[in-house]
Amino acid sequence: MLTQQPLLPLPTAPEPVAVRPARHWRLPRLPAAGRALIALMFPLALLGAWALATRYEWIAPQILPSPTTVLSALTELAQTGDLARNALVSFWRVVWGFGLGAALGLLLGVGFGLSSLLRDYVYPLFRAVAQVPVLGWLPFLILLLGMEEALKVVLVAKAVLVPVAINTDQGIRSVPPQYLEVARVYGFGRWQQLTRVILPAALPGIWNGIRYGLTNAWLALVAVELLASSEGLGFLIVYGRQLFQLDVVLAAVVIIGGVGFVLDKLLSVIEKRLLRWRREAF
Amino acid sequence: MSTSSTRTALWQRDWRGLVFPVLFVALWQVAASAGWVNTKLIVSPLAVLQAGWQEITANGFAHALAASLARDLAGFVLGSLAGIAFGTLLGLSRWADRLLGPTFHTVRQISLFAWIPLISIWLGYTDQARVLFIAVAAFYPVVLSTHEGIRSVSKAQFEVARVYGFSRWQRLVRLVLPAASPQILTGLNLALIYAWLATIGAEFLLPSFDAAGVGATVIRGRSAFRVDVIIVGMLVIGLTGYALNRLAQRLENRLLIWRGPAH
Repeated sequence: MLTQQPLLPLPTAPEPVAVRPARHWRLPRLPAAGRALIALMFPLALLGAWALATRYEWIAPQILPSPTTVLSALTELAQTGDLARNALVSFWRVVWGFGLGAALGLLLGVGFGLSSLLRDYVYPLFRAVAQVPVLGWLPFLILLLGMEEALKVVLVAKAVLVPVAINTDQGIRSVPPQYLEVARVYGFGRWQQLTRVILPAALPGIWNGIRYGLTNAWLALVAVELLASSEGLGFLIVYGRQLFQLDVVLAAVVIIGGVGFVLDKLLSVIEKRLLRWRREAF
Repeated sequence: MSTSSTRTALWQRDWRGLVFPVLFVALWQVAASAGWVNTKLIVSPLAVLQAGWQEITANGFAHALAASLARDLAGFVLGSLAGIAFGTLLGLSRWADRLLGPTFHTVRQISLFAWIPLISIWLGYTDQARVLFIAVAAFYPVVLSTHEGIRSVSKAQFEVARVYGFSRWQRLVRLVLPAASPQILTGLNLALIYAWLATIGAEFLLPSFDAAGVGATVIRGRSAFRVDVIIVGMLVIGLTGYALNRLAQRLENRLLIWRGPAH
C-alpha cells in the first residue's frame, strides 16, 4: 500500500480501466460557408425575435424600435449625408489622435526599452499619468483646451500612447541578449542593431500595443464625443437620445460597431502580413 | 520580489523617478504664485492641496468614494461571473463557439460607451444602469481570457482526467478551471481596470442629483469651475485605480502560489 494517499482513489490494476472514448462533441471540419451559416444563425434568430417582439408590441416602440425603423433611420441618415459627415469627423479625429499617440508611444517605449537613464527618471511619472483613466483627464483637459478639436485629439492620443509605450518597452526588453551578441559579432552599428535586430524582434509586442491602442482610441473617441462634441458618431447618439429617437441611436450604435469590426479585421489582415515570418516557425 | 523592495530602507530606494514630478510641481507653484499664468485656470499646487484637504475631510467625500467603490465592485463581480460562465461555455463547446462566438466578437467591437444612451433609455439614470454598464465593461476581457485559458488546457491533461474516470463536472471543477486559472486571473485583472474606468464613465455619462461618487464630484467641480476640485478628483481616481491594481496583483500572486517559483 502506498504510504502517501493519492489525492484521488486510483483505479486498481487488475480491473480493466474503463477509458471512455473521447466524446464526439467536436464538429466535423466545415467549409467556410457552412461556418458562416452557423455563425449567422444566432444573430438571425435574435433579429427574428426582435422583429416579432416589436411587431406584436410586446415591447413598446419607445423602448425598442423595430428593425425596419432602425434600417430606415440608417438609410435616411445616409441619404441626408448626416452619416457620412459625422463619420468623417470621427474618422479624422481617430486618425490624428492615433497617429500622434502611436508615434509618441513608440518613441517613449523605445526610449524606456533602450535607455535605463530615461527609464529611471521618467518611467514613474509615465506610470502615474497612465494610471488616471482617459475619462479622469477629460474635465481637466476641457478647462485647459476648451471643447475644440484639440481636446479630442489629445484624449485619443493619450488613450493610444499608454498601451503602445508599455508594450514597446516590454517587447524591447524581452529581446534575447543573444540576438544582440550576434549583431555585435557581425559588427552592427547602434542604428543597425535597432532597426535590424531590436525592432523586428520586438515587433509582436509593439503590434500588440498598437492593436490595444486602436481599440482604446475608438473607445475614448466615442466617450469624448458623447460628453463634449457637436459632431461625430458619438454626438449622433447623444442627439438621438435627446430627441428620444431610439432608431437614430441604434443606427449610430450599429455604425460604431461596424467601424470597430472593420478596424479589427483590417488589423488582423495587416498582422498576418507583418508577422508572417514568425508564423513559419510553427 | 515585491517583498524585498518593500524591505529596503527608505534612503536606499530609487528616488530618481521623483525628480521630474517634483521639478514640475515646483515650477507650477512658482508660475502660479508669481502670476505668470492665469491663476483662475492654473491653480497653484498649494491651493490644490488645500482643496484636497477640505474635500477629503468634508463629510461627503468618504461617502462618495465608498459609493463609487461599491458600484465598481458590484459591476465587477456581476460582469466577471457572467464572463467566466460564458467564456467556459465557449471554451468547452465547439458548438457554442461556432454559434455564439462570431456574434460575441462582433458585438465586442461596439465601443463600450456607445451602450450608455441605450442603457439610459432602458433603465433610466439609476444605479442599476450604472452597475449594468460596469458589468458589461468587466464582461468582455473575462470572456476572452477564460476562453483562451480553457483552450490552452493540454490534451494530455484531459486524458489523465479520463483515466481517473472524472465526470464532466469534476473535469470542469478539478481540471479545466484550475488549469485555466492563470489566464482567468489575468482577465479579471484587466476587468478590474476596465470596471474602474467604466465607474468613472458611468458617473459622468449617467449623472443624477442623488448619486454620489468620485466622478460625480469631479463633474460638479467642473460645472462650478473649481480647478482645484477637478485635480483632487483626478488624483483620487488615479490613486484608487492604482490601489485596486496593487491589491489585485497581490491576490493574484497569492492565488497562483501553487504554480511554484519556476516561473
